Amino acid sequence: MPELLQDHFSESESVLDARAGDATSALVRSALDTRVDEAAARRSLRGQIARLECELAALFTAAYPRRGLEWQVPSPGGPRVLDVGELEALRDDMAERVEDARRTLRDRAYVERKNRARIEALIADPARFRWVRISNEDIGEPGCKFWHSRPRLGLIGMLMGWWRVKISSGCP
Amino acid sequence: MSTDEATVLQGRVAPALREEFPGLGFFYSIVPAQPGRTPSGVKKHLRYLSDRMHGRRALSLRREPIASAYRVFFRHIGLDPDEVRIPLEAAVVERLRAGGFKSEGLVEDAITIATVETGVAMRAFDAGRVQGGLGLRLAEPGERLGGKNGIELPDGTLVVADEQAPLGLIFGETAPDYAVSRQTERVAVCAVRVDGVPNISVEEAIWSCVSVLRAA
Repeated sequence: MPELLQDHFSESESVLDARAGDATSALVRSALDTRVDEAAARRSLRGQIARLECELAALFTAAYPRRGLEWQVPSPGGPRVLDVGELEALRDDMAERVEDARRTLRDRAYVERKNRARIEALIADPARFRWVRISNEDIGEPGCKFWHSRPRLGLIGMLMGWWRVKISSGCP
Repeated sequence: MSTDEATVLQGRVAPALREEFPGLGFFYSIVPAQPGRTPSGVKKHLRYLSDRMHGRRALSLRREPIASAYRVFFRHIGLDPDEVRIPLEAAVVERLRAGGFKSEGLVEDAITIATVETGVAMRAFDAGRVQGGLGLRLAEPGERLGGKNGIELPDGTLVVADEQAPLGLIFGETAPDYAVSRQTERVAVCAVRVDGVPNISVEEAIWSCVSVLRAA
């Protein structure tokens, strides 16, 4: 009986050793296998580039009428099938451009919010904001309208402290 | 299909290209045409389109599905769509710059009308010079656009080609021999479909172009 058990255990151990050996060799093989499915990598990168292009287009549309933002992303040149490295570089450049545009728009939106609040304060108390002029551009709106704190009747108004807000009628 | 409707042929897309860009397609139709001055009816059509196209639409163009699909494809093939504009954007920018879609000859005007109405990228070649079927493939090493003295194409450039030679870049230059001229008797009206552009828009673009050429 002990011999039988001994045989059984030694057989089990050898099976386990073989399995462990298979698993180890599979791990070693996968660790050493540096080949990459490049076609799949290119597909994935193209998907990412497509999403970034859509984001960039949405930001471009939302940015109007703000000026001075940079939208161009350098291209590797074509028309041809780009390799993984070129697609990665393009993806990174586009991601950077999207992030730059987002940050700039966020900063400008903050300033525009402040300017809107300033217009309300300007209208409420023009004398406190003497000669201050806020335009549509300052609040991220199209057109040439502006709010200007000016004295009524020129010099007399200035001396008397008669201040008012003049709102322009728009583009000439 | 009625006899008035054009027969739309599906061009061959090289397997290597089809594998990389599963949505890529090439469609064309061959139509008898006499290039030359644009008839008044077509000019009126251009004026009508000019009135419909304004700055606001131009601004939001890149968010429209078909224009967006071409912009994405341009990125995928290494072109910057803000530098080398997609055909629809190029037409619209020119309309804003010139104040209207200017007439440049019957075939060019037919292409402009079809492009602006559908957003699909269209090309035209002299069908009389084309050998066999048309399609898309990659340029072979040392191949030139426009014969021996033409521009050397970098290996792997995406080209529109017949069974003999490349006719032009997929978007851009056309080999002088295959360009539509006053001697052209038959025109190959071609459309490049990319992923995200429905087949129906491509067919509509070709029919629209052919109907303008036939009506003239």
